Amino acid sequence: MKRAIITVTGIDHTGIVAGISSVLADFGVNILDITQTIMGDIFVMALLVDITGLEDITGLVEKLLEEGDRLKVKVSFEREEIFRAMHRI
Amino acid sequence: MIFATEEILETIRMIQVDHLDIRTVTLGVDLLDCRRDRVEDTVKYSKEKLLKATEGFLSTVKKVELEYGIPIVNKRVAITPVSLLLSSLKLEDYIYFAKELDRLALDIDLDFIGGYTVFLEYEVSNTDRLFLKSIPTVLNETERLCASIVTATTRAGINLDAIKETAYIILETAKLKNRPIVCAKLIVLSNPPTDNPFMAGAFHGIKRGERVINVGISGPGAVRSAIERLPKNADIISVVEEIKRISFKITRAGEFIGKEIARRLGIDSVSVDISLAPTPQEGDSVARIIERIGVESFGAPGTTGLLFLLNDALKKGGLMASSFVGGLSGTFIPVSEDKGIAEAVSKGALTLEKLEALTNVCSVGLDMIPIPGDISPYTLMGIILDEMAIGVMHNKTTAVRILPVPGGKAGDWVEFGSLLGGAPIIKVNETSCVDLFERGGRIPPPISGYRN
Repeated sequence: MKRAIITVTGIDHTGIVAGISSVLADFGVNILDITQTIMGDIFVMALLVDITGLEDITGLVEKLLEEGDRLKVKVSFEREEIFRAMHRI
Repeated sequence: MIFATEEILETIRMIQVDHLDIRTVTLGVDLLDCRRDRVEDTVKYSKEKLLKATEGFLSTVKKVELEYGIPIVNKRVAITPVSLLLSSLKLEDYIYFAKELDRLALDIDLDFIGGYTVFLEYEVSNTDRLFLKSIPTVLNETERLCASIVTATTRAGINLDAIKETAYIILETAKLKNRPIVCAKLIVLSNPPTDNPFMAGAFHGIKRGERVINVGISGPGAVRSAIERLPKNADIISVVEEIKRISFKITRAGEFIGKEIARRLGIDSVSVDISLAPTPQEGDSVARIIERIGVESFGAPGTTGLLFLLNDALKKGGLMASSFVGGLSGTFIPVSEDKGIAEAVSKGALTLEKLEALTNVCSVGLDMIPIPGDISPYTLMGIILDEMAIGVMHNKTTAVRILPVPGGKAGDWVEFGSLLGGAPIIKVNETSCVDLFERGGRIPPPISGYRN
């Protein structure tokens, strides 16, 4: 299974989860896990998603960044392996 | 969630706030089999092979960058040293080859191509002399080609004659079109690594394989911000441990990205250079790390000790993270490229002599330092010799990348722009060393050079 972690940070307001998850749905990407917290005023959400079989990763990332701009939040996309490399011995 | 939110956020912060990036992915390409009797043929086959070897390189790097979310700043190629591919007695041949390489780099949009390299640690042959002579024209008439001159190794000793000729070449390179910045593409080396991803000293070493991926990671900002989060009175071991921890993580990221690019290109060999390479961006500075640990300004007494600590902890963390650490792997202290270091020179806290002392405990050497254009060639020779001696004696790489500024006086600010930054022209000790270089010859290797 190919997985990725999408991180969303910014000022909390309505529609963030809806906006991001609808982009994922458009690309047929399944959300495996989701966690969110508020740190001070900052909204932090991390989504673990399944990208197995997804051909157009570039398209998804571009769309996510666009959606982030629209929602005025910072979105980052990283394949899961990079976290494993950095945080697991 | 398989990773703690803190772990995810730490990674994101390192990239977005602390400027963690892969500074360069450098593809090493062996061109030895492109040697032919006729120069035109050598050039033709070299170009053909390079085109084939770099197929898909840029697009793969771009794709990996996007998928893994870590910026990859430079995409470069290092080739077999040109002086080994061409031994012609015509100056035009060298210039022709260089221009063709540069055009190719422009055509396929490489940031730099390294390997206009010559080895002079034992002697300067007739063809070497022509190669040297070509450097001022080559560097002034090309954009993306980098040159390096090896004048010393721990095995060979130090070639004074090579240093003498090299000093004139550096001055001529800066003077030819009155552009000191061209000298940023020229480096003098002792003990050069053969898998260095960083310019200007990158070349593809003999028997390093057909194609290799050399990754240069970088994260002065990430190290600084980790130390900033420590309590101000944290003991020195906590500082060491924090640097090791961060170094481990950024090395892992670099190794992973390097391996992924190599895998997609069908390349087996990856080497990770764990150097801390600063940029002029605020916070992405080696000086600020040192200052944060405990000196008022970079260059203050105590700086050499702290730079040693930083360099050593960096290596320990990096070596734990990857079995394929190579290249220069240490802390860079390029004066113009590091805002904090340039500032230290401006306020008189840092001198050329202190910079030389610092190169004992870090990689690489006297780097990106503007000097007065009217410097005596002999003084420049002396500066190079001293730096080479440190490398040879300590069995490590040292380098001199110095920028003579025509008409410039000590204290004048020189701005190079973008990633190259700016710095004041440094004061040079002009006490004479003429007699030394009139003797000429080669200083024999140190006792450690006879290790067998």
